[in-house]
Amino acid sequence: MGKYKKHTAFIIGLAISLVLLGVMLIGIFYTPYEPNKMNGSEKFMAPGIRHFMGTDNFGRDIFSRVLEGLKTTFLVAVSVTVIGSFFGMLLGAITGYFGGLLDEVLMRVNDALAAFPSILLALVFISILESGTYNIILALGIIFIPSFARIVRGEFIGQKELDYVKSARLMGASHFRIMFVHILPNILPALCSAITVGFNNAVLAEAGMSYLGIGVQPPDASLGRMLSEAQGYLFSAPWYALCPGVIIILLILGFSLINEGMGEQHA
Amino acid sequence: MKQTKFFKMFRLLFLVYVLAIVLCGCAGGEQGDTTGVTTTASDPQKGPQKGGSVVVGIQQDLDSLDPHMADAAGTSEVLFNIFEGLVKPDKDGNLVPAVASDFKVSEDGMRYTFTLREGITFHNGSPVTIDDVIYSVNRCAGRLEGQEAPLVSAYSVITEVNRIDDKTVELVLESGDTELIGYLTAAIIPKDYEKQGESPVGTGPFRFVSYSPQHAFVMEAYKDYWQQGMPYLDKVEFRIVANTDSAMLELKGGSIDLYPYLTSDQARELEGQMEVLLGPSNLVQALFLNNAEPPFDNVKVRQALACLVNPQEIMDMVADGYGTEIGSNMFPAFSKYYLESTKDIYSPDVERAKALLAEAGYSDGFEMTITVPSNYQFHVDTAQVIVEELKQGNIQAKINLVEWETWISDIYRGRQYQGTIVGLDADLAPKDLLDRYHSEARNNFVNFSNEEYDKVLEEAMASIDDAEKVEKYQRLQQILAEQAASVYIQDPAKLVAINPKLDGFEFYPVYVLDMASVYFNN
Repeated sequence: MGKYKKHTAFIIGLAISLVLLGVMLIGIFYTPYEPNKMNGSEKFMAPGIRHFMGTDNFGRDIFSRVLEGLKTTFLVAVSVTVIGSFFGMLLGAITGYFGGLLDEVLMRVNDALAAFPSILLALVFISILESGTYNIILALGIIFIPSFARIVRGEFIGQKELDYVKSARLMGASHFRIMFVHILPNILPALCSAITVGFNNAVLAEAGMSYLGIGVQPPDASLGRMLSEAQGYLFSAPWYALCPGVIIILLILGFSLINEGMGEQHA
Repeated sequence: MKQTKFFKMFRLLFLVYVLAIVLCGCAGGEQGDTTGVTTTASDPQKGPQKGGSVVVGIQQDLDSLDPHMADAAGTSEVLFNIFEGLVKPDKDGNLVPAVASDFKVSEDGMRYTFTLREGITFHNGSPVTIDDVIYSVNRCAGRLEGQEAPLVSAYSVITEVNRIDDKTVELVLESGDTELIGYLTAAIIPKDYEKQGESPVGTGPFRFVSYSPQHAFVMEAYKDYWQQGMPYLDKVEFRIVANTDSAMLELKGGSIDLYPYLTSDQARELEGQMEVLLGPSNLVQALFLNNAEPPFDNVKVRQALACLVNPQEIMDMVADGYGTEIGSNMFPAFSKYYLESTKDIYSPDVERAKALLAEAGYSDGFEMTITVPSNYQFHVDTAQVIVEELKQGNIQAKINLVEWETWISDIYRGRQYQGTIVGLDADLAPKDLLDRYHSEARNNFVNFSNEEYDKVLEEAMASIDDAEKVEKYQRLQQILAEQAASVYIQDPAKLVAINPKLDGFEFYPVYVLDMASVYFNN
């Protein structure tokens, strides 16, 4: 029974994520209106037939902007997760497998990075790099490395003393082969779960930074940027904040459910 | 069990969403044309009451407490309450005697004679002497020892400051200039007082109490103010609010009594809670272009931009149609000098813009960055509309939001930018708006350079005949418009949210917030 329920969580999560992914893909090729197109005669229209999610203070179609924003948010979150998990995995594998002085040094640096609140660190990066979508990806990507490295390192330390590693070494397999062909597949569950959590954090970090005005610059849309613009009209046009807000919730919910279901399956 | 919880949560979220959409749909229908804006500032039924304290929301931090050092319009707006010049502007745009009780300008405009007001004192209690006046004028003119340049550039024409007697001072100019009087509003400060930057001392209706950077500027009524019965309020706090959103929250929560920079949407939202007054801002809002930076060094490109930007559309989009279109670096409050026809030189015309761009060799358009101070939502919104308008001419503009301090240092002083959107204010002299375009001007941050302009400006300044002055100034506006020194947009409407218990707020033709006339009604 328990297993069945976990399975449901996974399926629902996957379904939400796939639907959003589908919506995002459609958004790349088609939006009902041009996302940045202003229309003075259609300011603050409530959700209705013409505008599914209503319009904002410039008469821009919120649904089109949500599609556009979803695209931006996806791009940032996926890239950040890829950068973070790839380099984190590399770093974690090397330090965990070899240990020694290198491990000490790298992990202390890692600790130092992890000690800062990630938004603060991102702010520092952005103040050096200037804002913009690609710089956000770079900044967040770097900031996400330590958490992945820590998880992978822990797993490697546990795995490297196991018999299958020892026998592989006796067979004369190279360190590289042992690390990435023998050990890596065995830690995939942990890595996958870290990736889903990382993805969620990346979505929130991007939304947070755009909300603070240092992420995506106007008039471009991102879910966080839209929230920030909408807050001035929270009472007069609540749909403006609600639509991107709900999409962020769904995005996070989907991946959390996947993580939940996956984690239990492998436990 | 956990899964069903998730299920429920999910369903609940969906329900909330659907419900919200339905509810919004109901509320949305009532958004009509009502804006609840009134134009009357005072109600004669209610009498002024002495005392009380008021919190005023301002948009940016002060750049200096020293009145001669401050550059930002937002700073002079506040310091107007602390300091007075020999003369000061009134609400109708006239100059009335302040620290001086009387003044005379000689016919040739070469000599200005001022009589010191009887019994006037500084906030530290000491009487204002003729030496203080001479010191202040010399300080503005950069004539003190160790000073390299005038602090107020208009004062550079003063060649002599003569003490006639204990009550009279005479300013001698290098050439006749009847307009200098408009600048003699610069503060009179105590002689040899070193701490003006930390604890300012002046002669105004309010005296300085405290200032904490990024937070608040507090002042209290000066009991010995020379104008009897003024000010009404005991204490005024200027609170620096990070952005209009937090200002709105504070307005609704009642912690701010007066906020002069509402957007039209916010005005509508505050209906019923706050009184909203409408007046002109007396600002030149423009997309300022760096004339030294390609492609804006090409006049055709600038003209093309002027054809693409549609001020009326901007006003409709960001201000519900409020505001006055302008075509040059002057606003209608300068009625005598203002040349209204400049606004029609470029009517929105995409074809003409494309032709101009093609002539300039940019038929495929180009990319540009518009830097906007992020604390001014109005300018940020304007920028977004402009970005869309420029697309019609294949110009891909990007917005770069910066902090106000960065804007002052990098753009206004450093001149490192392509385009920027802000509002320029002015003293009560038309020259104040026009002399910044002289190719040599210290504050020529658009890097405009035009020989004819320099010549006409110098002639205008030298002229003492009023009719000739008017003609020259109008010619200057014409040149700015024809050369499209920048893309001039509008004099924005000023929407002031004020606690309904307060009365007496006055709109000035200059960018100041006069708190002395504000009082609590009964």
